[in-house]
Amino acid sequence: MKIATRLIHSGKDVRPATGPLSVPLYHASTYAQQSVDDFGPWDYARSGNPTRQALEEAIAELEGGVCGCAFGSGMAAISSTLLLFSSGDHLVVGEDVYGGAFRVMTQVFDRWGLSVSFVDATNPSAMEAEIRGNTKALYVETPSNPLLKISDLSSAARLAKRHGILSIVDNTFMTPCLQRPLELGCDIVVHSGTKFLNGHSDVVCGLAVAADLHVGKRLRFIQNSFGAVLGPNDSWLTLRGLRTLKVRMEESQRSALRIAQWLESQPRVRRVWYPGLASHPGHEVHQRQTDGPGAVLSFELESVELTKKLLEGVKLAAFAVSLGGVESILSYPSKMSHAAMPPEQRAKRGISDALVRLSVGLEDPDDLIGELDALINTAR
Amino acid sequence: MSLATQAAQLGVGWDGCTGAVSVPIYQTATFRHPSLGQSTGYDYSRSKNPTRQVLEDGIALLEGGARGFAYSSGMAALTSLLLLFKSGDHLIVTEDLYGGTYRLFEQCFTQYGVQFTYVDTTDLEAVRRAARPQTRALVVESLTNPLLKVADIAGLASIARERGLLTIVDNTFLTPYLLRPLDLGADITIYSGTKYLAGHNDTVCGLVVVKEPAIAEKVAFHQNAAGAVLGPQDSWLTIRGMKTLSIRLDRQQENAARIAHWLRGHPSVQKVYYPGLSDHPGHELMSRQGKGFGAMIAFEVADPALVAPLLNKLGLISFAESLGGVESLITFPAVQTHADIEPHTRQRLGITSVLLRLSVGIEDADDLIADLQHALTTEAAA
Repeated sequence: MKIATRLIHSGKDVRPATGPLSVPLYHASTYAQQSVDDFGPWDYARSGNPTRQALEEAIAELEGGVCGCAFGSGMAAISSTLLLFSSGDHLVVGEDVYGGAFRVMTQVFDRWGLSVSFVDATNPSAMEAEIRGNTKALYVETPSNPLLKISDLSSAARLAKRHGILSIVDNTFMTPCLQRPLELGCDIVVHSGTKFLNGHSDVVCGLAVAADLHVGKRLRFIQNSFGAVLGPNDSWLTLRGLRTLKVRMEESQRSALRIAQWLESQPRVRRVWYPGLASHPGHEVHQRQTDGPGAVLSFELESVELTKKLLEGVKLAAFAVSLGGVESILSYPSKMSHAAMPPEQRAKRGISDALVRLSVGLEDPDDLIGELDALINTAR
Repeated sequence: MSLATQAAQLGVGWDGCTGAVSVPIYQTATFRHPSLGQSTGYDYSRSKNPTRQVLEDGIALLEGGARGFAYSSGMAALTSLLLLFKSGDHLIVTEDLYGGTYRLFEQCFTQYGVQFTYVDTTDLEAVRRAARPQTRALVVESLTNPLLKVADIAGLASIARERGLLTIVDNTFLTPYLLRPLDLGADITIYSGTKYLAGHNDTVCGLVVVKEPAIAEKVAFHQNAAGAVLGPQDSWLTIRGMKTLSIRLDRQQENAARIAHWLRGHPSVQKVYYPGLSDHPGHELMSRQGKGFGAMIAFEVADPALVAPLLNKLGLISFAESLGGVESLITFPAVQTHADIEPHTRQRLGITSVLLRLSVGIEDADDLIADLQHALTTEAAA
């Protein structure tokens, strides 16, 4: 079945007697049992909730994995995944990962004896060079945040397999609609479901999907033990958002390409990063491994003053953190998504104070370009 | 101001814009910034959400702490607190604690090099003896699960203070309405808000209250960094539940006291654990440090063979995990809540194959007693 169909029909195995097309919102924290010896499939909502399970089955199915877990935020999904490891373990991580992932690795899990090497994940041999005897996983985002660098997922997966370690991919920017890392051989996919999957800027949610049952079972165990689960209302909203993922993503992606091309031609724009542009360094690899460039782009303006003018003047696109909603969102990585990263680390990664990230929503691209044009190209 | 008043008023007056008496559910992931370098105080809902904040401020107020924090489950609250520690640290923990806590400690955190010593925290000497140079905290349940042992919070907190340890109290079974551990010297209280605070068996939620602002800063950092936060709808339901906390608990306690006495007189019941019974070992301590005895009862039936028929015959009282809601629930700890504790440890603690745990709801006590009476009547006796 094609993705458009699967998006509509996934997660429908939870079928209550009345036959609803939408899974009910189960608020129950606990479930009455019929027998002492034989408990039913539901006992306590942290361990399993029918509404949450519908979402978990949907994301597992869409990513092509065997086990999906829903969490209270993308960071809760990442933290829970990191709990797969132990003191003394080491991870090789793409250097421009989301600032929140960077923070939890360097300021929380470091105290638990988990060490991390940040590398240029566009270069498989740079990743391999960092693999040590105690390395247990590769962790990459592709496209990365905010510079949309592309990692070759098949080579990352092969590299991981050769060393007997896990490969973990943050697939937030792409969603299974455009990229399915597990099909390329990776082991775990994590998501901030807050972004494109839910898509309406109204839910904070995280998801993780494992390709094999062994890892999946441990992840499920951690989800239940740590208990950072997604509530039923948020699960239901995310599932509802998922139904329109493909139409939203396609429309936003079309607009993003137009905007990226337009920005590239503007003299006051120093540089545009968007995997859909032929000029993008990862363009070819990205084309090979995905079904589209997505709807997030970053660009650098000629000055910090102009950047400030743009951010403060913008009306149609909200000046806010987050991305992936029906509303376009313009954000300022150095003060927002990557504020948790020390300035020298940001500078090293090319995240300058004139860099802005645009998540393209469903507004008409002419309106968005018109607004950008007015703010970038007219005198104050 | 009394807790009943504070609780009923949670969120009132918060929304100056419309005057809505019930705080709105802010189902939003992100917030617009007025301009560069300016924020409304809200940026991203993982970091801070207005609905969650009303709950967090509310529990801090009821508990008398500097700040409150809401998490997606009680276990998420506990895990997020454990992130304050590091590899090599050692914690002293109540021995008959909730099975999920035991599982988390033994099967997740030991792999990160944390050590746990389980002791009878009603025995202050045992707690003293368990302390080592690497010890960082005491984690105690104010009323233990499932055997309802009473911890001397002031005594424990003073031992902890002498040694520079944090005192973390799981006060789930009592709530601030019946016991305020921070007033007795504890540093942090933790809740499965799923239980009495939300109170309707309809929300999974965890809460933490920290007494000192400096410690609260660290807890805030970890809440945001690890991100195990409570969603807005569940935050709102918990606030809504907390408004009736005092009247629910009043009724639940009355019912529990009657049922405990009734159970004690029943021939098929060999032992009843309820701190409100005057011969319960923690009765006096509880009368001194708290404002009530709660609504949890544990009891032993005379024969393991009575358990299955009892659970099957109960009609009003649901056989289900969890506790603290308006509906009465009965649990078989050895196979449910405490299944993750090794059998020999369970046996030593008294979590046996004849032990049942009853969470008394707000139904009429006569009806609950009639349900138990029916379920405890064996075929032979009938």
